Order: sequence, then C-alpha cells, then structure tokens
Amino acid sequence: MADQKLDKKDRMKIPRTSMPEQDPKERIHNFSEVPRGLEIEMAVTEASRCLSCAKAPCVSGCPVEVDIPGFISLVVERDFAGAARKIKETNSLPAICGRVCPQEEQCEVVCILAKKFKPVAIGYLERFVADFERENKLTQIPEMAPASGFRVAVVGSGPAGLTVAGDLIKLGHKVTIFEALHKTGGVLVYGIPEFRLPKKIVQAECDYMARLGVEFQPSTVIGKSDTIDELFEMGYDAVFIGTGAGLPNFMGIPGENLIGIYSSNEYLTRSNLMRAFDFPNYDTPIIVGKNVAVLGGGNTAMDSVRTSLRLGAENAYIVYRRSEAEMPARAEEIHHAQQEGVQFHMLTTPIRFIGDAEGKVIAMECVKMQLGEPDDSGRRRPVVIEGSNFTMEVDLVVVAIGNSSNPLIPQTTPGLDINRWGNIIVNAETMQTSREGVYAGGDIVTGGATVILAAGAGKKAAKAIHQYLLTKKDSLVKG
Amino acid sequence: MPKVLDNVQIGPQNWKMLVRVPKLVEKARPGQFVIIRVNEAGERVPMSIGGLDRENGVLTVIYQVVGKTSALMTTIPAGGEILDCVGPLGLPTHVKKWGTAIVVGGGIGIAPIYPIAQAWKAAGNKLYTIIGARSQNILFYENEHKAIADKFYACTDDGSYGHHGFVSDILKQILDSGEKVGMIMAIGPVIMMKVVANLTKPYGVPTWVSLNPLMVDGTGMCGGCRVAVGDTTKFACVDGPDFDGHLVDFDLLTKRLNAYKEQEKNSFHRFLESPGCKLADSVKTLVK
Ligand SMILES: Cc1cc2nc3c(=O)[nH]c(=O)nc-3n(C[C@H](O)[C@H](O)[C@H](O)COP(=O)(O)OP(=O)(O)OC[C@H]3O[C@@H](n4cnc5c(N)ncnc54)[C@H](O)[C@@H]3O)c2cc1C
Ligand SMILES: Cc1cc2nc3c(=O)[nH]c(=O)nc-3n(C[C@H](O)[C@H](O)[C@H](O)COP(=O)(O)OP(=O)(O)OC[C@H]3O[C@@H](n4cnc5c(N)ncnc54)[C@H](O)[C@@H]3O)c2cc1C
Ligand code: SF4
Ligand code: SF4
Ligand code: FES
Repeated sequence: MADQKLDKKDRMKIPRTSMPEQDPKERIHNFSEVPRGLEIEMAVTEASRCLSCAKAPCVSGCPVEVDIPGFISLVVERDFAGAARKIKETNSLPAICGRVCPQEEQCEVVCILAKKFKPVAIGYLERFVADFERENKLTQIPEMAPASGFRVAVVGSGPAGLTVAGDLIKLGHKVTIFEALHKTGGVLVYGIPEFRLPKKIVQAECDYMARLGVEFQPSTVIGKSDTIDELFEMGYDAVFIGTGAGLPNFMGIPGENLIGIYSSNEYLTRSNLMRAFDFPNYDTPIIVGKNVAVLGGGNTAMDSVRTSLRLGAENAYIVYRRSEAEMPARAEEIHHAQQEGVQFHMLTTPIRFIGDAEGKVIAMECVKMQLGEPDDSGRRRPVVIEGSNFTMEVDLVVVAIGNSSNPLIPQTTPGLDINRWGNIIVNAETMQTSREGVYAGGDIVTGGATVILAAGAGKKAAKAIHQYLLTKKDSLVKG
Repeated sequence: MPKVLDNVQIGPQNWKMLVRVPKLVEKARPGQFVIIRVNEAGERVPMSIGGLDRENGVLTVIYQVVGKTSALMTTIPAGGEILDCVGPLGLPTHVKKWGTAIVVGGGIGIAPIYPIAQAWKAAGNKLYTIIGARSQNILFYENEHKAIADKFYACTDDGSYGHHGFVSDILKQILDSGEKVGMIMAIGPVIMMKVVANLTKPYGVPTWVSLNPLMVDGTGMCGGCRVAVGDTTKFACVDGPDFDGHLVDFDLLTKRLNAYKEQEKNSFHRFLESPGCKLADSVKTLVK
C-alpha cells in the first residue's frame, strides 16, 4: 500500500486516516478505551502522507520538539520500535502523549498539510509506535551511565516527576520517587479516565522506570513524612518537586457543600484511582446521578461528564459560562462527549444549589450569560443577563473549574519562593527554585497545564540537576 | 507493608490494632491521623492516632466496626500486614499551657484524646479528663487516662458505671463551679461534640473538636472532606482535623457522613454473603 517512492502530490492526495473508535452507543456502557488505535497498514499509509519537510514546522509546534519527520519516516520504513525510540529521545511518554496531547493546537495545527488538507495524524502515529513497542516487548533498557554516587529525590509521580526520574537514572544517579497516593502516575492515574488512558499504560511506564532502577515510595506525603530539608539530611543531593496542581477550586456559591456536589478531583479519583465505577467489587462508593451537571469546559469537565454517562446518568450536562468557542477542552473530547449524548448548556452559570431535608442536592439555580468585552485572558468576559434565572433539576453536580496549587510543600520549605497563586517560582531555563539544589516543574510551577509541558519541564530539570551534581562533584573533588 | 503486631477486641464493637510504622511514629503528633488500606480493592480509611510508642515505632489505632473495611480489619492476625498506612496527616492539636485544660472523649474518641491529654499534661496543664460511653463494657483506656489526669470522670449513658448520664453533665458542673478553664478539647460522636460546643459557648471557654468527615486522599486534593467552619469552607484533612467547635456546622457534618449509607450497607451485606467471607459471626452481627 504505502509506497516510499510516492511523490509529493500523491502523498497529499491520501486522505487522513481516521481512528477506529468504539461505537458511542456501546461505549457509554463501558470504561474501555474509546479510540482503538491504528492497524499497521493504516499507520504506514498515514505516515506516508508526511512530506518530511526540511524545516518541519510541526517540530516547533511540539513543546518538547519531538523529531516528527524523523520518527514518521521510520514508520514508513516499518521500523516501529525504532520510531518509538526516536520519539523517546525528547519525550519519554509517547504512549501517553499520543493519546492525550492537544495535538490539534500543538504539532498538528502547524503541519504544512493543515493549510490545504488535513494535517498528518501525528498523535495517532505516536500512539501507534509506542503501543507497538510496548505490546511487542521491544522496549529496550537504555545504556546506563556508571553510578555517580549521587541521590536525587523526586516528589510526585506525575508526568513531570516520572520524566525527571527516567532521565536522571540513565545518567547514573540514584533516584527515589515519593508519592502521596498509593499508586504512581499522578493525574494520569487518578484524573484521566480509563476510557481515555488505560491505566495499564501508565503502569507500564512506572514498571519501566522501576526496571531502570528508580525506587518508588508510594503513600509518602512530603511535607508530612519528611520535609524537603529532611530529604537533604537523609543524604539526597538534589530534590525535584513535581507535585501538580492538586487543590480543587469551588464556585463559592450557596449550597455548595450539599451531598452530591463533588469536585472533579474527588469524582474522578473515586472512579479512577479507587475504581468506584466497579463498586461493589471495589469498596469505594460513588454517587450515581440521574441528572448530572458538570460545571466547566476543560478536559476535566469532559472527563467527568463522560464518566457520569458510563456510571448510568440519564441526562449529562455540561454547564459552561462562556460559549463553545472558548471551551479549553480538546476538540476531540468535546466531539466525543457530543457523540455520547452529553447536553451542552453554554453561557450558563449556577448561582445557588438547592437541597432536600437530608442535605442532598436536588436542583441548581442558574443564570444565562452573554459575552462582553475581552478580559485578562483575552477571551470575552461573560456577563450575567439580568432576570434570566432558571432552575435545573440535578442530583449530582461535579465542579470542574480548575485547581490551585497545594500549599503543603511551600508551607514546610523555608526559603522556597512562590507567586501569588501559590505556584513555585523557577528559573525558566533550569527549573531551579529559590533554594539551591531544589528544582520544580509541571503544574506546580505553571498551574494546570498539559502532560507534555510537565514532561518537558521534567526534561529541562533533569538536565540542570545533572549539571548541578557534576559541579558539586568537582567542588567535592577540589574541596 | 506495615506489620500488625497485635489486633485485639477491647469491647463489643471496638478493636485495638498495633502497627509497626517507625518513620510515621517518629513524625506523628497528637491530633493527627493516618489513612489505612487493608486490601487492594478496599477503601482508604482514616484513623486517628490512638497512641504512639516512639521507642518501638508502634502506632495504636482503636477502631470501631461500622462497615466493611473496619470489619475486615478484625480479620488481620497479629503478625499479619496491612497494605499501607500513610501519615501523619492533618495538623497536630495545639499544645500549650493554659492552666486548667479539659479533655472530653466520647465512644471511640476516648482513644485519640489520650495522646492529646498526655501532651497537655506534659505541657504543665492541670488536666481534667471526662470520658463517656453508652455502657461500661464499651469504655476503655480508663486506667491510662486516670494515671495522668488531675481529675478523672467516667460517664455511661445507661448508668452501668461512673456518672449516669452524658459527659456534658460533668463538664457543666466544672464550668459552673467557677473554676477558670483555659481550653477544652472534645472528640467523639458528632452529636457529643455539638452538645459540648453549645454548652461551653456561653461560658466563653475555647473549645476545639476533631472532625471526621468522609475522606478520600487526605492530602487536600479532592475536597471530599470539606466542612463548614464559620463563614468558610475548610478541608478537614489539611486544615484540620481540629477546629473551633464554636464555629463548626455540625448538622452539615452529620448529613455529609450519611452520603453513602445505602451503598455501604449493600456492600457490607454482599460481602457477608460472599463465600470468601472470613468474618467471625460475632463481627457479622455488629453491623446492622
Ligand atoms: C481530569 C484531567 C484531565 C486532563 N486531561 C489532559 C489531557 O487530555 N491532555 C493533557 O495534556 N493534559 C491533561 N490534563 C492535565 C495534565 O494531566 C497535567 O497537566 C499533568 O498531569 C501535570 O503533571 P505533573 O507531573 O505536574 O503533576 P500531576 O500529574 O498532578 O502529579 C503530581 C503528583 O504529585 C503527588 N503529590 C502531591 N503532593 C505531594 C506531596 N506533598 N508528597 C508526595 N507526593 C505529592 C500527587 O499525588 C500526584 O500524584 C488533565 C488534567 C486533569 C485533572
Ligand atoms: C480524621 C478521622 C479520624 C478517624 N479516626 C477513627 C478512629 O480512630 N477509629 C475509628 O473507628 N474510626 C475513625 N474514623 C472513622 C473511620 O474512618 C470510619 O469509621 C471508617 O472509614 C468506616 O469504614 P467502613 O468501611 O468500616 O464503614 P463504611 O461502610 O465506610 O461506613 C459505615 C458507616 O459508618 C459511618 N462512617 C463512615 N465513615 C465515617 C467517618 N469518617 N466518621 C464517622 N462515621 C463514619 C457512616 O455512617 C457509614 O454509613 C476517623 C475518620 C476520620 C476522618
Ligand atoms: S509530544 Fe504531543 S505535541 Fe509533541 S509530537 Fe507528540 S503528540 Fe505532538
Ligand atoms: S509539517 Fe506535517 S508534513 Fe511536514 S514534516 Fe511535519 S508532519 Fe510531516
Ligand atoms: S480527603 Fe481529599 S481533600 Fe481532604
């Protein structure tokens, strides 16, 4: 099918491969992954659409500059494991990023083909090669530098922490990851649902790290079990903080503490991490709403609303105060939610929750909004339309309006500078904090962002930590 | 995995578990709590620190059988293990010299109030201890409390032991005696903490309570443990569990604790009927 000798015109004529997906009617009754992944021939055909542009704009669209034409040409040559390795030179989590990166606004939006045709499906291909490598057990143990004698503590096992650990262990340093929860992976395990990112993939990444020698200490809350300073006392030479943005925001409106009102973190954690979707086989319960309103328009909101359908909601609503154009969720997720029958109430916001005698939420009073002048974020500010109040019957509400940063580590680490939102301040090049030997990256620095940005920050930090340790070694030798 | 050194029944519904977690014990302070998991499919259950043996790194947890996880805990033999035990979580209880300080423990709350009483005593306070339970056979830690209290009172609802009536009766007598009390800490069933807080408010004596809302992660990430304190919403796992009892909305707490009652009941009954259920018959009957 795919022919390496195709000329440019022929290549451009090949239509973009579409991803095989579970039927919406079926999938709303299960938690299995929605996109099934490309078959080999589909992948090779899709890869042959790539023009291997000399100045590949797609590469600059990717936050970690994956060598996109490089890996895609390996797909054309059917060296899938080689392609996966190529990606891993800059992105250690391709099976995950291939699934969850907002490609449509990063690497794919700037693909040359996007101007006249549809862009190369870079994300699908990235996922394909990573899955191929993993499923065929072709993952190689990379060459490891000799032991340096240095030890690094990584706090948090999300994409930022995992990346730092993976890079530093290869450079010969001993690495321990401390994780507050009993499972490692951060948002990848507790937040993003199974139907979008199967947990076995995250587990495979963690297992791979463990094979390289990374030591995991789950169920350890840094700031409580040990402080950052105590980690140094314990003999760690450097510390990376990748604790994410784990402090849920609420609306601050009356009735918000009624039963049946969850933060998206709680809702998704119950379902994903604690596997409440499989209650009573798993012990953690979850409220199964009939009429479910999810407040917000981001990925978290889409994940929550789609989870509610799978748990048995009859009506699942997205209630968002701006219009669809401003929704921060990935286009694909909005599309999937629409296909599954989610009802969108745009330009709407709740002002109060109403409960029954047992304290359970039964309704929500809302107002309609209209878009006014642009605000700080450049998006048009929603303004309340007076007198537009109406009530929605709901028995479950999920508040998915973002996270702030968890204060635990800044509170217990003297001299660690944070900004007014509580995010840790770092040098953008080295990810070093105001404390010597302490680095940070991911959502704890940027506020809620993306997996690939967190992983990218981890890469930068690993490099800088390595440099720091080398200098330290020099001074020890001279010392 | 943390080793269980002992796990014995100390009352009709209460058990005492000793877990070896040296690191945790070294860091833990009275008033904090831990989260335990006993099996892979299980819940994360918060448990107060009921005692700290710093020399041997042993944590005491006193637990009441109320549902599936607490019932399962009874099946772990001495020498067995639990999956994990994370902590210490939450903020420690304030320890200061106030002069006369009163600790009030009701039911299972008699356990966590004990390390607090020890710390307050060590800080030089004149310590009055009031403990209460429905009936004599549910009381525990009496000797431990007696040994450190300057004045000690036990109460039972049914009059089978000590004062016939509630802990609040005794507390009222002390307050009415005109003695200046600097601080009160009450831990027990929500209704007891509410009664105590309402009682002490007109006397203007600072009264702290330890709240036990449903929790998931215990790190401030989910907000499931939120409680209303004054005009603000707090996350009990990171802002508490201790709060000013005069500001707590106890009715909201009571309601929120019942959020999963039906599901939990069903889950427990299903468990009882499952072929693998190893619960002793005496434990099976504890949960109605
Ligand atoms: C529901 C949801 C859906 C999302 N969907 C997408 C998507 O489709 N695409 C995308 O690119 N991004 C998505 N994101 C965003 C993305 O997941 C995050 O930007 C990314 O995970 C941040 O990585 P991190 O390593 O900084 O932190 P996290 O993934 O948040 O991990 C931090 C870890 O640190 C642990 N921790 C915190 N405090 C401590 C402590 N004191 N001691 C020890 N451990 C601690 C936490 O338990 C957690 O495991 C989504 C986020 C959510 C919540
Ligand atoms: C900070 C904190 C400290 C705690 N300390 C102790 C302790 O030292 N000893 C102890 O026995 N228990 C303690 N608890 C309560 C304990 O966590 C619950 O009893 C336990 O989770 C019940 O689990 P289960 O599966 O056995 O019962 P479930 O089936 O989960 O619940 C059965 C019933 O018990 C009640 N219940 C559930 N959770 C709680 C709770 N958090 N507080 C009060 N009632 C609850 C509910 O009415 C529920 O319907 C504490 C809770 C918190 C938050
Ligand atoms: S990491 Fe994300 S942005 Fe970069 S190439 Fe892969 S899918 Fe595109
Ligand atoms: S811009 Fe598009 S066509 Fe060009 S190299 Fe990148 S993916 Fe291939
Ligand atoms: S238990 Fe999740 S925030 Fe307190």
